Amino acid sequence: MDNLNHLLEGFAHVVTPMNLLLALIGVTIGTAVGVLPGIGPAMTVALLLPVTYGMEPTQAFIMFAGIFYGGMYGGSTTSILLNTPGESSSVVTAIEGNKMAKAGRAAQALATAAIGSFVAGTIGTLLLVLVAPLVVDFAVGLGAPDYFAIMLLSFIAVTAVLGSSRIRGFASLLVGLVIGIVGIDSVSGQQRLTFGVPQLADGIDVVVVAVGIFAVGEALWVAAHLRRKPAGVIPVGVPWMGREDWKRSWKPWLRGTAFGFPFGAMPAGGAEIPTFLSYATEKKLTKHPEQFGKGAIEGVAGPEAANNASAAGTLVPMLAIGLPTNATAAVMLAAFQSYGIQPGPLLFERESGLVWALIASLFIGNLLLLLLNLPLAPAWARLLRIPRPYLYAGIVFFASMGAYAVNAQPLDLFLLLTLGLIGFGMRRFGLPVLPLIVGVILGPRAELQGRRSLQLSGGELSGLLGGPVSYVIYAVIVLVLAWPLVRRYIVRPLVEQRA
Amino acid sequence: MTVLVGYVPSPEGEAALRAGVDEARTRGETLLVMNASRGDAYVDRGFAQQKDLDQVRRDLTELGVDFDIRQVVGGRDAAEEIVELAGSSEVSLVVIGLRHRSAVGKLLLGSSAQRILLDSPCPVLAVKADY
Repeated sequence: MDNLNHLLEGFAHVVTPMNLLLALIGVTIGTAVGVLPGIGPAMTVALLLPVTYGMEPTQAFIMFAGIFYGGMYGGSTTSILLNTPGESSSVVTAIEGNKMAKAGRAAQALATAAIGSFVAGTIGTLLLVLVAPLVVDFAVGLGAPDYFAIMLLSFIAVTAVLGSSRIRGFASLLVGLVIGIVGIDSVSGQQRLTFGVPQLADGIDVVVVAVGIFAVGEALWVAAHLRRKPAGVIPVGVPWMGREDWKRSWKPWLRGTAFGFPFGAMPAGGAEIPTFLSYATEKKLTKHPEQFGKGAIEGVAGPEAANNASAAGTLVPMLAIGLPTNATAAVMLAAFQSYGIQPGPLLFERESGLVWALIASLFIGNLLLLLLNLPLAPAWARLLRIPRPYLYAGIVFFASMGAYAVNAQPLDLFLLLTLGLIGFGMRRFGLPVLPLIVGVILGPRAELQGRRSLQLSGGELSGLLGGPVSYVIYAVIVLVLAWPLVRRYIVRPLVEQRA
Repeated sequence: MTVLVGYVPSPEGEAALRAGVDEARTRGETLLVMNASRGDAYVDRGFAQQKDLDQVRRDLTELGVDFDIRQVVGGRDAAEEIVELAGSSEVSLVVIGLRHRSAVGKLLLGSSAQRILLDSPCPVLAVKADY
């Protein structure tokens, strides 16, 4: 059991007072931003990235991992108490959770969410330990054309599968790819989209893009929609569960985990689909169907477990292949790059200490979150009373400081504002943010792999079709792209014929 | 002329409402119930939800007072809204509820009641929760 040995070493690395403190800070910040709607873990990691330049990469990632898991926990609090999901992954939790809270069972809803998240997070992280090295073994054998195909699939998946509109998804992806192209072409040495500005020759730093789109864009959006009717508070006691609640919760937790992890690990999985699937399953399997729609505890337990398990799953492709499947993973990859760590299958080998410390910190963070969330739920709910101008003033301050700290040049602040305006426009017109950020981060790497394949084949396009792996992936891409047509001309007529 | 009640969904607010009803009756004036929030936080305990307002409406109808309810979400503090309304020639008296505040709480958030007492151009009647 080589992996377990590595993991134990990782634990030994994490259990120092300083690292434990950072893990605690991480999960605290993570829960706070998870509770607050509109401020997510992706934005927070982006904002804190420049702050962590002085730390060791391992310490920074221990903190980021805490923020990532904490955000998943915190999102459920707002869903349950306010019917305003803090994160897109807790939308489903709001359906039953808020009904439970209105029926005076807020404490039980919060408890099943927190304990379910803990169970799912722990199982998910264990699965990560088992699965990630297998994926690495597989990924090490892949060549440049295969990587190019995987990244293409990732582009197509985040744009076409997630989100409501493909056109908007692709528009967002293209904006991201264009931003990613800025700078000197690494093969030919030509300047691309630099408009003669020397500072742009190195490209636009991913941190500036992420902070601009997530933080400044969101701040402008909130500023434009500041006035809204505040909600009343639902009184929360300390979360607890009765025997009946435990009996009704544990199976949904396990089923939710089973949905969440694989979806998180897939290139377009995310947390939205598995939470919804989990909800639908619990609704079908429940012994209390009359309670669904009126506050069934299964409808909170399942989806909450699913979203935490998917968070663990997300780390599989991120650590093993360097492929982000959600916004937070994308920003964490950017963090790897800014520390000069090359993400990819060799990460486990070259940065073994860092990777296993990160994974060990996930277990510890999970435990801390349970300890932090069960007794402190009422305190977290109070965060919602902070006037938003105070919050966003702080966010814009951190954003500007962070963007300036990257290269210490004023140009980055102008870029930040421009990107903030783009982010605002995207929210205004309903463009999803994830494809853009994936485009910025994966775009240059996809280009590198694609051109490497073409160089190897001497410019023959057939060089892009490396081997069986890329055949399969291209087939999947074609299927995903053609799916609306297939459904329209093949599936629907068949169904109608039968009917 | 009208008696203006600064209403919040709390024991103090209810006390202010009761006092306001008494005053409006003795003066033979109408009652204006006012609730306001800056509307910039996700949760505001001082903001009356629909069911609170419905309850107020039912109670006042039962008591047979001539009343009007106004709710404002305008980015200004409840105190500012009330002081401005108190400046209009319509209002003869402002009624508010008072509660104990810690020194730190006042330092951080200020006291709406204090601002109304000091800034209101017309007389202010302040009552405690157990009125």
